Amino acid sequence: MADALFESLLRLGDNALILGHRVSEWCGHAPVLEEDIALANTALDLLGQTNLWLEYAGEVEGKGRSADDLAFLRDAWDFRNVLLVELPNGDFGQTILRQYLYDQFNLMNLEALKGSTDTRVSEIAEKAAKEAAYHVERSRGTVVGLGDGTEESHRRMQDALNILYPYALELFITDEVDAEMAKAGIIPDPKSLEDTYLAAVGATISEATLELPQAHFGHRGSGRDGRMHTEHLGHILTQMQWLQRAYPGQSW
Amino acid sequence: MRPSIDQIWDWLGEVPDPEIPAISLVDLGIIRDVGFDGDTCVVTVTPTYSGCPATSVINMEIEAALREQGLEKIELKRQLSPAWTTDWVSDAGREKLEKYGIAPPQPAGGPEKCPICASTNLELLSQFGSTPCKAQWRCKDCLEPFDYFKCI
Repeated sequence: MADALFESLLRLGDNALILGHRVSEWCGHAPVLEEDIALANTALDLLGQTNLWLEYAGEVEGKGRSADDLAFLRDAWDFRNVLLVELPNGDFGQTILRQYLYDQFNLMNLEALKGSTDTRVSEIAEKAAKEAAYHVERSRGTVVGLGDGTEESHRRMQDALNILYPYALELFITDEVDAEMAKAGIIPDPKSLEDTYLAAVGATISEATLELPQAHFGHRGSGRDGRMHTEHLGHILTQMQWLQRAYPGQSW
Repeated sequence: MRPSIDQIWDWLGEVPDPEIPAISLVDLGIIRDVGFDGDTCVVTVTPTYSGCPATSVINMEIEAALREQGLEKIELKRQLSPAWTTDWVSDAGREKLEKYGIAPPQPAGGPEKCPICASTNLELLSQFGSTPCKAQWRCKDCLEPFDYFKCI
């Protein structure tokens, strides 16, 4: 049980960590100042959520690893995030669409986690769900604005959707860890969220005047169990972890 | 001699928020409890946003303020649930925010009026602002942009 809980907490924490890092890459580069600030603040919330999940993961593991140890001293194959969040940012539209696809899932998942039988999980979810609700409001609105915008923004959003939508489906690939957590009432089976997620995304995409591509998640493994990551994750880690790798144990 | 709980609340009411120094930590509603465990003063604090970078500074300032008053054994506890809500910003805090030029949170989700000229002719510039707890708005009458304390 402790092993499955540790794995599941890594999945929650790593999704937030890797997406938070990706989004923070926009800091100082966004098309306008307001968007720059919005992206940086979103990244900050995600890193805050990362800290709460990974701190608990370290406690559950019981080997004395802190949230920082887990974030900065693991290798690519130890990460349990879905591939969607490690994909490169692309243009602003692609970043926002990826954000929406994740935010929509994150909010539904956190709302369900509020009812977890594990008090710590439900408390973290209660805190994080408020932030996620605000994120989805913004990313959803921006996806609709850009999809139903100019000819160019529409084309770019459709291109982004064609690339990203298959990756979103990985969120619902489940294994025995999910089954064990669902049985214990700690974390809902992601499959139980699939229908409402697809309906919500479908409604947003249609409001954005975009078309959902025919898609399935084509990779032969999932980032959720660490057996599959894209080549991009290693590159993220070289940036994110270089200080602890070059100067082990260094602190502020 | 141990100070009273009320006395400690008064001291904490003098500690400014590091990012919005116009209001105190008590005004902000993030101090959830003050008590004693034996001779250790235990202060329970709830974060505004999970990634708010001010959280560690806030803890440092609470400790510094209480030490200055002669307390030696201090323990800070983090409490996530119930999650902080802007409903906990005190009435005094709301007034101070507005005077400082930050529109206080409203249940309707947007500012009630421009904190500078009181006009209600407003527009949203960005859902996020200079700190995690704020959004940027602009008054269409006096044309001044201003911070709005997001309602969560």
